[in-house]
Amino acid sequence: MMKGWLEAWAPPPMLAMFAVFLVLPAVLPWIGGYTYLGTEVMIWAIFALGYNLLLGYTGLPAFGHGAFFGMAGYFLGATQKWVTGGLWLPLVAGIVGTALCGAAVALFVARRRGIYFSLLTIAFGVMFWFMVFFLDRWTGGEDGFTGINRTAVSLPGLGAVALRDNLPFYYFVYVFFVVATVVLWRIVHSPFGQVIGAVKQSESRARALGYNTARYKWAVFTLSCAFAGLAGGLYTLARFGAFAEPMSLQQSGNVVLMCLIGGGFASFYGPVLGVVVFLVLRDVFSTLTDHWMLLYGLLFMGIILFMPEGILGVIRRVRRPAGFHDTRAADAAKGAE
Amino acid sequence: MSAEPILETQALRKAFGGHQVLDGVSLRFEARRLSALIGPNGAGKTTCFNLLTGFLRPDGGRILFRGEDITGHSPDRRARIGISRSFQILNLFDDYTVLENVRVAVPAMRRRGWDAWTPAGEVTAAADRAAAIVRLVGLAGREHVAARFMSYGQRRLLEIGVALAGEPELLLLDEPTSGLGSRPMETLRALVQQLAERLTIVVIEHDMDFVLSLSHHVAVLHRGTVIAEGPPAAIRDHAEVREAYLGTLRHTRVG
Repeated sequence: MMKGWLEAWAPPPMLAMFAVFLVLPAVLPWIGGYTYLGTEVMIWAIFALGYNLLLGYTGLPAFGHGAFFGMAGYFLGATQKWVTGGLWLPLVAGIVGTALCGAAVALFVARRRGIYFSLLTIAFGVMFWFMVFFLDRWTGGEDGFTGINRTAVSLPGLGAVALRDNLPFYYFVYVFFVVATVVLWRIVHSPFGQVIGAVKQSESRARALGYNTARYKWAVFTLSCAFAGLAGGLYTLARFGAFAEPMSLQQSGNVVLMCLIGGGFASFYGPVLGVVVFLVLRDVFSTLTDHWMLLYGLLFMGIILFMPEGILGVIRRVRRPAGFHDTRAADAAKGAE
Repeated sequence: MSAEPILETQALRKAFGGHQVLDGVSLRFEARRLSALIGPNGAGKTTCFNLLTGFLRPDGGRILFRGEDITGHSPDRRARIGISRSFQILNLFDDYTVLENVRVAVPAMRRRGWDAWTPAGEVTAAADRAAAIVRLVGLAGREHVAARFMSYGQRRLLEIGVALAGEPELLLLDEPTSGLGSRPMETLRALVQQLAERLTIVVIEHDMDFVLSLSHHVAVLHRGTVIAEGPPAAIRDHAEVREAYLGTLRHTRVG
């Protein structure tokens, strides 16, 4: 009973991950890190986990997703500045606004596949990026949308909690990270998750089974944009402003890399590991040399070339050899280890 | 020929780049029978099949299912009203286990397709139905093996299991024996024979023995038109059919 409950909501590896992030701020200074890095990792993890719904689970390589991550900040900022102060409503506006834009874009891309799908997502991404500069009266253009406040939130039992400092904000983001992860876990293991997995493996078969695959692809795209909206909103709060740079085509590639490096095709947790590797290496390399981008690029090329299934993919292959054709037998053997 | 046909085509036409592949094909398939559509290579069988399943749209003509015009229906809509198909080139969800392949095809699962919250394993109606179908196609004991690791013969059986899982009224089989050795062929023959007792099957087939020994009704397609129709015995002795097959045979030998 307990086991079934854990499998449905948060299996042991996920609980372990939550535990690590719970104590991380206390540990980070000892290993040369800082609280903000942890915050950044969790924010990008929300984005990457949501994006992997599209890339890893439905097999749709969208290359302009940074635009959705970035635009959330403008929705949030605009709502806070002109509509209502506070934090909650602007956050919700970030999610809803981004999801709506995602839904509109999805109408155009959901019937496409392969290279046409990817190209269209790039085109929309670039379009949104240009809009930031085109609408610079509202977005601030190159200067960014600054002056966003991290106002105190009142929580039942705790009263008003100030979020200005890095530590309380870390745990504010932590709560969203936990909730988003659990929700995504439920989604990928639901009947809906089964259908999108079917679409990934053979869209023609899924259609022949009675599934309107374009609608499912539309829904996945929109969902992933909602998560991008949440992550993008938190990112904006973290930086006290919304900026265009995460929306650029180059930065849009980051989330794709994160999913691939960690092993988003092989494991639910792949994107999280990818984010950790990506952001930690960025910090490490940039302290080592001025030419860190070169090192960084070479490393990722190596990973993509030699471990195309990502880090967790390699680990899984080692742990579950191809000889184990029966998934139950493999799980039983794994459990006996 | 009595009763209303369950599936009927009226003067179907389809051309590809100026080449008239189907030129006015009218067919009637009766309920609870096994009908076969045969013909030499290039006769238009596959095109005809793709029109029936909605994967292609005809240039002219109509397709009626239980009297309803379904010419404009998408493939998924056809599946939802009770028309299932198998694929000639195996089209399975390779990463899914045998049971998962069948389960996602069961209507009980399809109706829950928009449920993004309940664990899929808890849709017990779908799981039970899927398990029954896995047993029916003779794959009991292999439920938890990923489809990619099954033998070719077993994958052929799974292909039919997946099509069957949709609980169709009409089952369209596209060359189900393609690439099979003699032993799996026997298993398949027994399965199809058993299925033919309770649902309508239309099969496209190359293997004449398979067709003539199993079907109640055979239609022969040649160069985009129906050149003969009737019970297997009549088809076997039909002069034009022999000529069509022998003709292409001679042609193949020369070519």
